[in-house]
Amino acid sequence: MRIVFKTDYMQDIRPWKDGHQLSLYLILLALVVVAPWILNDFYLGELTNVLIWAIAGLGLMILTGHTGQASLGHAAFLAMGCYANVILLEQGVPFVLAFPLAGLITGIVGALVALPAMRLHGIYLAIFTMALSILVDDIIVLTEPWSGGVSGKYVGPVSLFGLEIDRWGTPWAFYWLVLGVTVAVTLGYINLLRSPMGRSFIAVRDSEVSAQAMGVDVARTKTMSFGLSCMVTGWAGALMGLYATVFNNETFTVIISIQLLMMIVIGGLGSIHGAFLGAVVIGFLPQFLSISKEYVGMVFGGSSVAIPGLEVGVFGLILIAFILFEPMGLYGRWLKIRTWFELFPFYRKDMFKRQKSYLKTERLR
Amino acid sequence: MSLLEFENVTLKFGGLTAVNDLSFEVEEGEVFAIVGPNGAGKSTVFNLISRFYDPYAGRIRFDGHDLLQVKPSGVAAYGVARTFQNIELFDHATVLDNLLVGRHRHRRTSLLSELFFTPSVKKQELQNRHVVEEIIDFLDLQPYRDKMIAGLPYGVRKVVEVARALATEPKLLLLDEPASGLSVEETTDMRWWIDDIRRQMGITVLMVEHDMGLVSGVSDRVLAMADGAKLALGTPAEVQSDPAVIEAYLGRAA
Repeated sequence: MRIVFKTDYMQDIRPWKDGHQLSLYLILLALVVVAPWILNDFYLGELTNVLIWAIAGLGLMILTGHTGQASLGHAAFLAMGCYANVILLEQGVPFVLAFPLAGLITGIVGALVALPAMRLHGIYLAIFTMALSILVDDIIVLTEPWSGGVSGKYVGPVSLFGLEIDRWGTPWAFYWLVLGVTVAVTLGYINLLRSPMGRSFIAVRDSEVSAQAMGVDVARTKTMSFGLSCMVTGWAGALMGLYATVFNNETFTVIISIQLLMMIVIGGLGSIHGAFLGAVVIGFLPQFLSISKEYVGMVFGGSSVAIPGLEVGVFGLILIAFILFEPMGLYGRWLKIRTWFELFPFYRKDMFKRQKSYLKTERLR
Repeated sequence: MSLLEFENVTLKFGGLTAVNDLSFEVEEGEVFAIVGPNGAGKSTVFNLISRFYDPYAGRIRFDGHDLLQVKPSGVAAYGVARTFQNIELFDHATVLDNLLVGRHRHRRTSLLSELFFTPSVKKQELQNRHVVEEIIDFLDLQPYRDKMIAGLPYGVRKVVEVARALATEPKLLLLDEPASGLSVEETTDMRWWIDDIRRQMGITVLMVEHDMGLVSGVSDRVLAMADGAKLALGTPAEVQSDPAVIEAYLGRAA
């Protein structure tokens, strides 16, 4: 076990613990940057998909994992980002402007939505946001002149600084675009967490009463969190649109919202790692299922008929298993495994068991 | 002018009068204790100062400001910090992060600059950590600074709450039963700390406490309350020998 001897405040402010940890992340970054030379187009496309999901997961993680506000409506913001981006592109706005604007618009709308949502807690907020997600389908149909309604929209290649980014023609360029956004969002997230705003999010999540007593304006903080969360989700939506190339009112269903929430629960709430680990599960699971179904068919001679609801069913099972056996998610499991090796042979069984809290102050007002 | 002034404050919950025409002043630099039987309205006084409740009548002034004009989150900005009877820490954050939340009222940076962690944010962070580390040193919290609150024993949590309140660099510190649930040694520690907070840091302390040993040991003046109203106000010895106080605690002699 490496023990870091702290002699400087910067050691707590820096996002990495020590040089060793930093080098591991730099190696990981180098690997994903050179991925287009290592992977074939199919797997590169899958990796791109995972990264897009990870961005969406980071968006929801800000709101649910760090501010404690459950949202079952983030597909609505994915849709908004996607449509905003494409409509701006159609108006002749260059991609380099349209893309950030799409996120910004979604963020502002998200903050506005937060104003009525502010008064809701827990399950009620989840229901409110879920209603949003269901509504967005109808809104897209109703605003047919701009959104294309049921027949949907098509988005072709975009160009960025003269480089043609085509999801099919130049998958590597699209991959790097997505990777760039992922890295930027992740760095922003890290910075958020080590500055006062991010800490006030956590304060609101853990105890609104004492956050208030410390001078944190709870309503404003929640609005900020909603805004930031929706902005990031909007970017993910814009990328999702470019990735899918065709989409309509049924692309961003409430199922996507639920999958997003499941993703960050499986990954581990309240950690940046969790969003990525969850995205890997959500992104690869459909491929994994279809590959294993083929394999089962080959070995046992079953048919290759599609089983309806298989994917959703397996997702559900995984989620239940996680909530029962590993509420801290994949990242929590990883922490435990790492601690086991670090402390070997002194790891105790209940080391990560937390006493939740002593008697809480009853809700004031 | 007193630091904190309660002027004929009344608070009613429906038919129940929780605080009844209460007036008192807390002077700068003193340790002021509020005692009284359960349900006397002691914590309600704190929640009034924190603006969690709106009084039915009366005025509350702090340091020349009308407290009733500010939002609950604005009270800290004037320099009032508090702890809670039932410990309200941020359970899934480290001790250090809890204390850093206490620095929130000194935040001068915008969200945008924080997202890019500009040099000004970094400067502010270094300053915040400087203050917080001093407090960790002062309250002997070094062994716990990187630990999650959710794993800490009760006694330590109590101290962390005091530390978090101190991190706001307040003028007035409200301690809601700082010694409840603490062992005899921990209570003694708490007593010296309260003394040091007043003497070294020059912070005025207003506390609610049941432990009469602690109250008479540190406080300059004591307010005794029963049923939301003032019973007696004076030095600890005066209040303890006041017939009305004895009656409220022990009942009338048959």
